[in-house]
Amino acid sequence: MNWIAIRMLTGDAQKFYGLLFGIAFSTLLITQQLTIFVNLLERGSSGVYNVSSADVWVMDPVSRTTEVAYPMPSTALDKVRGVAGVAWAVPHIRASASVRTGSGELEGVSVVGVDDATLIGLPKGMVEGAPQVLSEPDSVIIDDVGATRMFPDESPIGQRLELNDQRAVIRGIADAIPSFTSQVTLYTKYSRALNYVPGTRNRLSFVLVGKAQDVSPEELVERIESQTGLRARTRDEFARDGVDFIIENTGIPLNFGITVALGFIVGVAIVGLTFSLFIRDNIKQFGALKAIGVTNGTIRRMVAVQAGMVGFIGYGLGVVGTVLFILGFSGNPTFKGFYIPWQVPLVSLVAIVVIIALTGWLALRSVMKTEPAAVFR
Amino acid sequence: MSAAPGQQAAISVRDVSRDFTAGQQTIRVLHSIDLDVAPGELTYLVGESGSGKTTLISIMCGILWPTEGSVEVFGTPIYGLSDDDLVRFRLENIGFIFQQYNLIPAINAASNAAVPLIARGMDRQEARERAVAMMEKLNIANQADKLPNQLSGGQQQRVAIARALVHEPRLVVCDEPTAALDATSGRRVMDLLRDVALAEDRACIIVTHDNRIFDLADRILVLEDGRITHDGQSMPEDH
Repeated sequence: MNWIAIRMLTGDAQKFYGLLFGIAFSTLLITQQLTIFVNLLERGSSGVYNVSSADVWVMDPVSRTTEVAYPMPSTALDKVRGVAGVAWAVPHIRASASVRTGSGELEGVSVVGVDDATLIGLPKGMVEGAPQVLSEPDSVIIDDVGATRMFPDESPIGQRLELNDQRAVIRGIADAIPSFTSQVTLYTKYSRALNYVPGTRNRLSFVLVGKAQDVSPEELVERIESQTGLRARTRDEFARDGVDFIIENTGIPLNFGITVALGFIVGVAIVGLTFSLFIRDNIKQFGALKAIGVTNGTIRRMVAVQAGMVGFIGYGLGVVGTVLFILGFSGNPTFKGFYIPWQVPLVSLVAIVVIIALTGWLALRSVMKTEPAAVFR
Repeated sequence: MSAAPGQQAAISVRDVSRDFTAGQQTIRVLHSIDLDVAPGELTYLVGESGSGKTTLISIMCGILWPTEGSVEVFGTPIYGLSDDDLVRFRLENIGFIFQQYNLIPAINAASNAAVPLIARGMDRQEARERAVAMMEKLNIANQADKLPNQLSGGQQQRVAIARALVHEPRLVVCDEPTAALDATSGRRVMDLLRDVALAEDRACIIVTHDNRIFDLADRILVLEDGRITHDGQSMPEDH
């Protein structure tokens, strides 16, 4: 009877494709939006994960994320270095600046000052050039997404910039995770960054700390906080802080949540309506089957097979559509590094199962209500 | 002709009444019907619209519960069976021919005719072969691979008959089998039913308005206002 159920479903091509479209569109909307949402949220922690060697981040007690930091006096560095269990500690500055390109365009940039001696604070990989280029005069390294944005048609290497009235020359391109706002980031030495970003007396944003082998990051955090009065976070905690900040302070979760909810509602509406129409069109046939001697259990199984088939194919098409979307836009700097976390297809699968179960149940109700005797009326 | 003494009736209806509720009003559409149908008998159920014939035939074939009374089909008190057993009983013992045919549009004629066998769990290929064999008896095997919408009304009717007979039921129930057919086709269908559906251990009940086929009945029951007002081999003079 399952074969008959499938033929009944596919025999009405218009409704079959309508059902597939509904499920596929719903899956695409939910999966694609959740994927973008998760990847955007993860960019809240890009500043932390770009500095892979730091086990602990130390900051002013009011600082919250890599982007929302209150500067500390430079003496904070010495305080941290004095804590037992600290293998090394280096200064790190993050600030905003305006840059004028050679063609005269103005661009807001993020300036990151890394330790002069060790260059800790730079992203791990380089697209072009080596970290050592920072030893050259006025040298800065630009992140790859920023390079594409500022110099879409030419190589940024050798380009001269006017950075807060100071001369800067791009000598390398870093392979960095873009920030939440995809703002252009310029990396330079800490001492040079102090010149590029004039400001208040205190300008040390963070102290990056490497732990000794015999201490855990959590334990070191406790020691630093108790001995210095500064705020310390492990790398994972601080990454999580960046994500939480976006969740708490932007309308992004709400906006994406609304889109995901719309995807669900559109799915229920299209699939529910089409499936109900399909069942209504076949109600006489179902009634006849019941009269002939097909049990309610078999009828339920037939409707479940129909719903399951539509759900399976539609969900597959929707996920494939999302994969194609991500692949298609992978060359776009805005979508750099985007991936589909395994939880996202799982969430959309649950949503589709709910849609299918709900619409299947509604459709089944009318079949179950149909008395076999109705076929004689 | 009712069942002869000592002979088991194909259908035995005892004191059957049926009420329908419309809002707060309860309407009795069948009044204490007593009826025996003998095996090998082609019985017509005739009456005006609203006379209760559809209700009676529905009760006789186990798809509508009577409010009162009992029904036995080949000795089985069908309304004493559990729901599942009653469904199984219908599947094994009763063939249905509906006025609208109710063929499944998406499967071909042979598969439509094979539905009762597939529902019983028979392998699809074997069921199809048996369905085609039945269609051969009805001279429609050459249409086996066509979809219902590619068949004429008469051909669809034969497919519906093949579906009703393919599992060799002991009771065949037909609702207006000739209503959509011309006189010649109608008589041909009735001849087919008589040839294929009737045997000594089988019975066939037909609900019909079609006076062109009244002469083919073994027995005609006339229903008026939920009561049997005539039981004979031909229609009463005043009809």
